[in-house]
Amino acid sequence: MTEPSAWKSGVTLALLAAVCTALVALTWHLTAPRIAENEQAALERSLTPTLEDLLYDNNLTESEIVIPPPHELPGKEPVRVYRVWSGEQPVAAVFIVEEPGGYAGPIRLLVAVRYSGELTGVQVLAHRETPGLGDQIEPAKSDWLQQFVDASLSDPPRERWRVRRDGGSFDQITGATVTTRAVVRAVRLTLLYFEAHRDEIFAAEPNREAAE
Amino acid sequence: MTNGSHTTHIFASGVWDDNPGLVQLLGLCPLLAVTTTLVNGLSLGLATMMVLGMSNLLVSASRRWIRSEIRIPMYVLIIASLVTCVELVFKAYFPALDRSLGIFIPLIVTNCTVVARAEVFASRNPVVPSVVDGLSMGLGFALLLTAIGTFRELLGGGTVFAHLDMLFGGEPFRGLMIADGGFLLALLPPGAFFSLALAVAAKNALDHRRRQHVGAIARQSMP
Repeated sequence: MTEPSAWKSGVTLALLAAVCTALVALTWHLTAPRIAENEQAALERSLTPTLEDLLYDNNLTESEIVIPPPHELPGKEPVRVYRVWSGEQPVAAVFIVEEPGGYAGPIRLLVAVRYSGELTGVQVLAHRETPGLGDQIEPAKSDWLQQFVDASLSDPPRERWRVRRDGGSFDQITGATVTTRAVVRAVRLTLLYFEAHRDEIFAAEPNREAAE
Repeated sequence: MTNGSHTTHIFASGVWDDNPGLVQLLGLCPLLAVTTTLVNGLSLGLATMMVLGMSNLLVSASRRWIRSEIRIPMYVLIIASLVTCVELVFKAYFPALDRSLGIFIPLIVTNCTVVARAEVFASRNPVVPSVVDGLSMGLGFALLLTAIGTFRELLGGGTVFAHLDMLFGGEPFRGLMIADGGFLLALLPPGAFFSLALAVAAKNALDHRRRQHVGAIARQSMP
């Protein structure tokens, strides 16, 4: 015998679940276009500062390709790359990489490389480093990231792509050696990847999802 | 007791006498984690307040159908849906804040204050007092978050109102510079505990003084 009250409880819960789902679905329906717009705008805002000095004419978000793991880039996540062209001429590529070796979690970086292999800049998109120490990598708090501008694998030479404490050419931030080491490592790996796969990157078809 | 003074009583209870953060010590996880700036504290406080008001409204409105053996799943269902809605609204209208508060908006689901008010108040009271209770408790929580956020921002970074643009739009705002640099400990997790301890101590001291004052008046008025 089934207990009638158990049935009643089940039906009540099911009805409530239906009502709540409808509420969430309605909210989603009303906010979805705005959320997509915001994400697009946020992406463009984060891409453009590193490309200020370049002449280009393509739509960045439509040029997106995704490099699936396994790859030699930092982290084990798929990496998004935005290609920059001026007409038919490749100008630069922007990598969004996630460096797993931060002090308090992954550090998401934007690495923009000219076709010739020099960096136009590095930005920190997200991190959870210690306030006052590791967060000095933020451009708003110090100009530490500035030292990557115009750097390449030949300047400084590739074996010097480390922080000074490890015998390299890059300043570390006192009290945040782990953080700065991780960022330098991620940028170096990205440059090495770009050097090895540059022509593939610019020849790849943009993925459908991003173009839509 | 008239209806008016009842409402006043609920309001005072939420904002001061039974303040969820200061007295019940509920919802400490978000309280300690996000209050590094005034804007973060205020925003999470407002989001929590919205959820509390609406969840008390829905729980109270459906209290006739709530069966005691399944009441907790029902509360969880209602609260989780509301938090998802609030999260979507934040993503749509305050994207910068959404990025800054991150996981702590979805985690409002786990703020014990919300379930506690549903269980203790909204499931036993009519709609209007329940909404007042939810909003008052939310306001009490929001005020505390804002106060601790202001204190830590000022002590830790020497600014107030930094990133106000995330809440109200406009140009990026670095905050009013009160001092250059600050006392880093205030921004680290221990600083959050110290600030909360100071806030609880201040509240107790104020209450203590008020009681003494009331006691003195009572003694004076005795014949």
